Amino acid sequence: MIDYLSIYEKMHDNNIMLTFKGEVTFDLINSMLKIIESRLDMIEGDLKTRKKVYNVLVECLQNLVHHIDSVDPDEEASPYHSKTALLMITTSADGYHVVTGNYIMNDKIEKLKSWLDEINSVSPEELRELYKKILNNEQFSEKGTAGLGFIDIARKSGQKLVYTFQYVNERYSFFSFQITIPKNYLPAQSK
Amino acid sequence: MESLILQPSAHTPTVSLNAATGVCEFKGRSTPENSVEYYEPIYKWLDAYSANPCPTTTVNIQFEYFNTSSSKCILDVLKKFVKLHNAGQKVQINWFYEAEDDDMKEAGEDYCDILQIPFDIQAIE
Repeated sequence: MIDYLSIYEKMHDNNIMLTFKGEVTFDLINSMLKIIESRLDMIEGDLKTRKKVYNVLVECLQNLVHHIDSVDPDEEASPYHSKTALLMITTSADGYHVVTGNYIMNDKIEKLKSWLDEINSVSPEELRELYKKILNNEQFSEKGTAGLGFIDIARKSGQKLVYTFQYVNERYSFFSFQITIPKNYLPAQSK
Repeated sequence: MESLILQPSAHTPTVSLNAATGVCEFKGRSTPENSVEYYEPIYKWLDAYSANPCPTTTVNIQFEYFNTSSSKCILDVLKKFVKLHNAGQKVQINWFYEAEDDDMKEAGEDYCDILQIPFDIQAIE
């Protein structure tokens, strides 16, 4: 039998608020948001931080759904390109951490990586300008995304986007993404 | 012309578009599964209203949260009011945010900046 006590202890030690691995659907997202929202109401006294965590979580989940929507039906049977994903929300003394994981086709990595790197390389003011520019100028895809999600995550958290692509095979890699929403958030720009 | 009232849900706002008074309100959350589909009837109503608007149109926006896919839809909604304003109609846009919520204040400033129309951005306690 699996050592469930050690799994429990690991979850406890890492302060896991919620973890999920499976098919991500809209209903499931709403349920998870509800759970996290009521937990945050209990444990986080600062309204600003609560809203930031919720907002970032909404965007992270939307990114997962967007990714899953792009799964080619012919590929669904593949264990690497299924509609399932990983989501984990943990807390530490520094803040709240939202982690997502999903398989991605290798040929899509470069575009995503350069977008994340661009977001990480600019100042908060430049990020705000970039957000406004995309919001106003670019045609949105039918699903209404167009890359604003990651900018919003970076703006709301005030943190760099942390990610890795782990090679799985010649077609797929695993994309892990982590963002921290600091407790007692202080805006990066002084006013 | 009939008013358009949309009741709130866990992921959609209260929308109240009053054809008789010209008061248009959006309040709560906007994180729908399909934002474009959700906002479609709102665009349609605003187009019909713009053909025969009230002497003054008052827009009250008080979002608690909205996701990035709603952000474009909200911009498109606001653009309809700007069009009305540019056609010489009296349009007052009020953007409300919870006093501590700097992100929502910034969001109002961002829209104001993009649209080049004065917004009244107010904190509420």
